[in-house]
Amino acid sequence: MDRKDLLDIESLSAEEIHEILDTAAPFKEIFMRSVKRVPSLRGKTVVNIFFEPSTRTRTSFELAAKRLSADVINIASERSSFVKGESLIDTFHTLLAMKADLFVMRHSFAGACHFLAERIPVPIINAGDGAHAHPTQALLDLFTIRENKGTLAGLEVAIIGDITFSRVARSNIWALTKMGANVRVTGPATLVPRGIEEMGARVCRRLEEALDGADVVYMLRIQKERQGSHFFPTIREYYHLFGLTPDRLALAKPDAIVMHPGPMNRGVEINDYVADGPAARIHDQVTNGVAVRMAVLFLLATPQRRDVAEELAAAGE
Amino acid sequence: MKRLLICGGTVVDPSQGLEGPRDILIEDGKILALAPNLDVSDAETWDAKGLHALPGLIDMHVHFREPGQEHKETYASGTRSAALGGVTSVVPMANTNPIVEKQADLKYASYLAQDQAIVNVFPVAAATVGQKGEELTEYADLKENGAIALSDDGRPIMNGAVMRRVLEYSAMVGLPLLLHEEDTNLSAHGSMHEGYWSTYLGLPGIPPAAEEVMIARDLILADETRGSIHIQHVSTSRAVDLIRIGKSRGIRVTAEATPHHFTLTDEAVRGYRTSAKMNPPLRTARDREAVIEGLRDGTLDLIATDHAPHTRHEKEQEFDLAPFGIIGLETLFPLTYTQLVLAGHLSLSEAIRKLTIEPARVLGLEKGSLRPGADADLTLVDLSLRRVYTEAEIQSKSRNTPFIGTELQGWPVGTIVGGKVVMRERSVVG
Repeated sequence: MDRKDLLDIESLSAEEIHEILDTAAPFKEIFMRSVKRVPSLRGKTVVNIFFEPSTRTRTSFELAAKRLSADVINIASERSSFVKGESLIDTFHTLLAMKADLFVMRHSFAGACHFLAERIPVPIINAGDGAHAHPTQALLDLFTIRENKGTLAGLEVAIIGDITFSRVARSNIWALTKMGANVRVTGPATLVPRGIEEMGARVCRRLEEALDGADVVYMLRIQKERQGSHFFPTIREYYHLFGLTPDRLALAKPDAIVMHPGPMNRGVEINDYVADGPAARIHDQVTNGVAVRMAVLFLLATPQRRDVAEELAAAGE
Repeated sequence: MKRLLICGGTVVDPSQGLEGPRDILIEDGKILALAPNLDVSDAETWDAKGLHALPGLIDMHVHFREPGQEHKETYASGTRSAALGGVTSVVPMANTNPIVEKQADLKYASYLAQDQAIVNVFPVAAATVGQKGEELTEYADLKENGAIALSDDGRPIMNGAVMRRVLEYSAMVGLPLLLHEEDTNLSAHGSMHEGYWSTYLGLPGIPPAAEEVMIARDLILADETRGSIHIQHVSTSRAVDLIRIGKSRGIRVTAEATPHHFTLTDEAVRGYRTSAKMNPPLRTARDREAVIEGLRDGTLDLIATDHAPHTRHEKEQEFDLAPFGIIGLETLFPLTYTQLVLAGHLSLSEAIRKLTIEPARVLGLEKGSLRPGADADLTLVDLSLRRVYTEAEIQSKSRNTPFIGTELQGWPVGTIVGGKVVMRERSVVG
């Protein structure tokens, strides 16, 4: 993979996606054993800078970097139009002056990572920017689907919920369609954005239509704040129309898997029996997230990298 | 004052239906004579061979930021930018700090104009106190102190009952009403046109309906009150249709389009380019074509820039945080010529009409014509000059334009305001 940053899925080729997934597989094997660490990024400094609250993504990146032996700094900061102060670019120039080698950034505004990537010389990994993109989430989702289905091409994937405000939905639509899967989306009409079909997704009016014959059912988190803000009337009605119950899941293929980027709202978008049931791959997604993020960090932070096999051999020494 | 003879050029003056070789003699700030092959011995001459001489361009929609935000633009820098763009009259909006809403504000504006401006300045006053859309300002007093029109530009009058009274009262006083049409509930936190590209980029969208429902409301209110309205920066296809219907029903409505709306589409935002962030936003290719069609069939009467300066550090940030607006005075003519005339949508004369006599008519200004006796405001343009717009040449204090690096044809090479040369061969001399 020959690129400075990972900003979105759209700019990745199918070959690059395969390379990331193929690199993640051996990393997953590494940390499934008792000594979970390899020396690949020894001496490198990774800065996790999160301008939006996050527990799982930040922890996942932190563990991924530490399992590659990097030094990790975590910075959590609130930045919004109401908080005046240092500009984003000045914040990064300060950290660059301290010789950070790679940034992982989450930001509440779309395009913030693109903005920085054009202006600073070290790699940036987008850990989620507004409603735009969350590329490592989509990559770990691909990894999880491939792990379960053996392939991605030809699969029917239903993405359900708040599409408008979801960077996860957008990145997954790009990722899945690039790999040859078919994507249907559904959700309240108020939360399905214009132009989503032009991005390659089929819009279904009803949940049942989206679930029909699906290989993968991907539930999105519903922000409870959207309730009563003229997007939908109540959580109760949302669950009535779009909540994933065992009965509804039965409309999908018998071997369908259920995924969720977390954190889940039980009783809102997903029923307990589905969330804890045999089809759920939600914890696998979390595990795979660390492996995929190790792969991305490794590929971006080591321009003259050795083969992964050599890395593994070195780790075994 | 010494006499100035512009000789050897082609005059295009739509106010007289004139397009042909003419010499122009200027004396005491007025056009003294306009005729072929004038024989004048005692005048300074400007050889305009190969050039076109036009009535001075009028831009009836600019923001000069003074007082309050002089770091973005002042009357001095804004009018220098106008001079470079061949614009001899500008109409600054009232949204300065403080807002232009009282006699004293207009007196200060008039002081700034006399002290600093190198082109004519006709200030606009706010239509409502604090541009809050609640109480009327003193229209008669504002008019007597030099307000050329009323506008809350940037802040729409959301309350329909207030708009009704604004229409009735402004018609009584005889001040044009310039409307920024936007339902702020529909536009909410949007930062670009709502459509494929906003979905692609994950940016909050501004639906076309935000502009259109307000135009529909105000057409109805103008009809009801027999008032007249001028719609600023029309950006959508349905908005053009609504204005067309309004005109066909005899409603007294005029409208303007900006060069950016007839040149660019929302795809220009791709890459999170804040130099393509403005309000109303760049729309789709279909909307852009509708704006051009509106200009062609006369639904849109004129072209104005919405020149909106912002500093680099304000624009160089996250897209959602960057302010709306781009500068436009310096590219007004080349964009109009390249995008509308060279592209075959308007004749040269039709295009110039929309930059001169049409804004003068809407504002009731004695400008926009080269008839003998008129103020000697002239723009000389070189229609064959094809060049790249560069950051280095910009006279505005701000640099926020998506057209830096763009090759355009048809550039102003001379600007004369009241008989005084303020720009010559692309150098501001005021």
